[in-house]
Amino acid sequence: MSKFNFPESIRSRPTYGTLEARAGKSHLFVADAEGAEAIIDLAKTDDSLMAKSHVIYIPKDTGEKYTSQLEKLGINQLYVGPSFAAAQARLQRTLERAHMGLQLYLTGTEGLMGQAQRDAMTAGIPHTAIQTEHRGSIGRRMQCVHCKGITEDVKIDPFVCSHCGLNLFVRDHYSRRLAAFQAVCIDAEDPGNVPPSVELYS
Amino acid sequence: MTIQFKDETFRGDYTYKNSDWAIKRFPFPFHEDSYMYSVNMEQHKGGPEGSIYEKRFDVDEHYLSEMRDRAMVLADDPLRCQSLPHMTLAGWDLLELIMVSKSEDYPDMFELHRDGDQWRWVNKPMGIDDSFTFMDETTLPYGPMEYITRQTQGDFAVLDQRDDNLWMDAGMITTQADWSLDFDIGMNFFEWHAPVPKANEMGIFIRALKFLLNVQQGAPARRLNWTMTVNPLLDTSPENYHKWGVQKTELAPENVGEKQHLRVELQTFFRLPRSNALVFPIRCYLASFDDLMTVPKWGRRLHRVIRDLPEELATYKGFIDNRPMMLDYLSAYDDGKPTSDGIWPDLESEPERS
Amino acid sequence: MSGVEKINVKVSAIVPLNELVTRFEFKRTDGALFPTFSGGAHTVVEMIDDGLTRLNPYSLMSDPMDQGTYAISVRRDDEGRGGSLFMHNNVKVGDDMVLSNPVNLFSLDLRAKKHLMIAGGIGITPFMAQIKQLDRAHGNWELHYATRNAALGSYVDELTATHPNDVNVYYDDDKNFIDLENLLDGQQLGTHIYVCGPKGMINWVRGKTAELGWPLEAVHYEEFLAPQPGKPFEVKLSISNKVITVGENESLLEAIEREGVDAPYLCRGGACGQCETAVIGYDGKFIHRDHWLEDDEKASGKKIMPCVSRFEGKTLVLDR
Repeated sequence: MSKFNFPESIRSRPTYGTLEARAGKSHLFVADAEGAEAIIDLAKTDDSLMAKSHVIYIPKDTGEKYTSQLEKLGINQLYVGPSFAAAQARLQRTLERAHMGLQLYLTGTEGLMGQAQRDAMTAGIPHTAIQTEHRGSIGRRMQCVHCKGITEDVKIDPFVCSHCGLNLFVRDHYSRRLAAFQAVCIDAEDPGNVPPSVELYS
Repeated sequence: MTIQFKDETFRGDYTYKNSDWAIKRFPFPFHEDSYMYSVNMEQHKGGPEGSIYEKRFDVDEHYLSEMRDRAMVLADDPLRCQSLPHMTLAGWDLLELIMVSKSEDYPDMFELHRDGDQWRWVNKPMGIDDSFTFMDETTLPYGPMEYITRQTQGDFAVLDQRDDNLWMDAGMITTQADWSLDFDIGMNFFEWHAPVPKANEMGIFIRALKFLLNVQQGAPARRLNWTMTVNPLLDTSPENYHKWGVQKTELAPENVGEKQHLRVELQTFFRLPRSNALVFPIRCYLASFDDLMTVPKWGRRLHRVIRDLPEELATYKGFIDNRPMMLDYLSAYDDGKPTSDGIWPDLESEPERS
Repeated sequence: MSGVEKINVKVSAIVPLNELVTRFEFKRTDGALFPTFSGGAHTVVEMIDDGLTRLNPYSLMSDPMDQGTYAISVRRDDEGRGGSLFMHNNVKVGDDMVLSNPVNLFSLDLRAKKHLMIAGGIGITPFMAQIKQLDRAHGNWELHYATRNAALGSYVDELTATHPNDVNVYYDDDKNFIDLENLLDGQQLGTHIYVCGPKGMINWVRGKTAELGWPLEAVHYEEFLAPQPGKPFEVKLSISNKVITVGENESLLEAIEREGVDAPYLCRGGACGQCETAVIGYDGKFIHRDHWLEDDEKASGKKIMPCVSRFEGKTLVLDR
């Protein structure tokens, strides 16, 4: 099952809903991996939506599993790309020439949704007007508050910063501007005393 | 009075010290023998002569050393000063507010000469004499917010007001109580306060926001906040926590009085006219326990407050592990006598310690 | 703390613009500079009208950077309670008056990639100041201004002369209306829309933008409700232990202030929420006119906005 119920947390932690079709002439989707399921579910609720939609999809490690299903939805413009970084220029160009009233739908992992949201906010869409639905991995995009490096898909706490090597614990404090959660040194007051890592939400 | 500026450090050998004058005017933050969060706002319209409330932007004996420390922090990490693109106008508002206030409140130290948009700013203590065109960024060495806050004690959060909320969209943050501007920039009032324990349940944040949204031009407000710091370290940033965190473990019974500092923030709030933004200066004052114990009332009260503080607050403020050691020290200064209401030292009226 | 800091002024000029609208200009009595302000701000003007103190908000329409003069434009409302009539009929050049410091409840969102302004009639006034602010910052803006006819089009000549490419004027009498749907369609992402005018116009813009999928945060509107006259009614003020009568031509808030009871306010037009007052008891019916309280709050009988709302019935007890 690709859905996960996040426990209640602090006000800065993003929360996600269920995508629903909204009024508007043009509709843009950005999704990765199991996020495709949310698009397929939404397409069932509205016959006309996909014909007005542009979908940017990054399968990640799901391979061909969802692409053939997406191809059958009658999507006006479907792009399947190898990574968010590869798709980003396309997303930014699409936003740059878009008009007010564009509806944006993000679905899949938190890292994908956060990064696409950041580009959309830069283009002028308020974050509250962007729909999000989490599907798939619960891995998080973490920023090391010390060296500022980003570590993707963090699933354990504490973890080691992939840039500076400090032992970091995972906070729920989240920055939309960085599209990342905050990670802070766990053994600053007692160097070397690092508890064993556990799976997030375990 | 003429201020004798001190040459001191807030890192390494930590030569920071308060004079007797600075201790007497220290903003002791507890008006009674217990503490709980409250909005505790009042109008920022002066205060007793010589007190830190008297001027709009207090200048004290630590001015030059604090500005030197700020410059060192910024050289190490320029991300401590940031302004989102739409906040430049608010930066000019802030520059004007500080220049006008300081030149009126301290005419012997600061001068502002204005001829239309041609301005000349003289900061005698720092040896600055700059002429520039108001609202023309190309005529200043930094953006307007960075320029003026490199010359003004305290951190500055500049908040945009929109959609019935306040947004942390610019700031100069180098003396913070463990929060990161680089991380929090762009957040709204509830989001940047999210890590405060119980923030969700406390209607107090909703009330505080409502108050701040209605702070009007010409009617600034203020409040005090506090935490604890081992050593007179201004830059207690999350960025450098892996470097300074260990200092907390260096506290020992024989050095508590000298090393443990009460860190008080004078927070003020001014509506900025052209941008309708709100500036939130956060001025940090540090006093060692030894300094504070020279005022008998503060000795009694600090012991009672720290002793009775709820555990989650002591954890949030980062001194839960050191609390027993702090209480051992403080209890010697609490003879059980009653204390007078309010934050002032009341040296004449309060009893000597028995 | 009620209201804001006050500024003593003298009326320095009175300029009739047309049959209905007159501009009033003020200089400070103490010769000092006015505070600068942000476009969209209003000032609350104190009027001493035959023993009755009125406090009416008007948008500042002078240049926000001009610290020498403040200006407002007042449309005469012959059916109103008399605030605008007082300004038109009683105020003379040289009169002493009191203004509040500027308060802005209709400010520009400075992140906007474009500011699209929709004005109806006297609703042009906040835009006069906003345009001056944006011009200084080389801002991207466009104004669509609907008014009855050329004779009543305040500032049309000035605006079209200085900004021929950015100002679009529509005269109702010529059956020339704003084509809103086409105007909204095709606006670049990051556009913010601002509307100031009659209630119908505000609702039209809000409705149409919602239909076209515009985010709420990109739609800004300001409608000052003038308090309406009504039947006199009696109110008990519980904290101050007073029974007062609200006259036909005064608002509940004005009656509370007349009795020397301090009550908070900012906009005096049913918008800002500052004067919200708890109802302790009542027997009768409320005439809620604000757009601050939610419908369920209005129905609850527990709250009232005394700046614009009234009451009809036997008893009303307020927590004030």
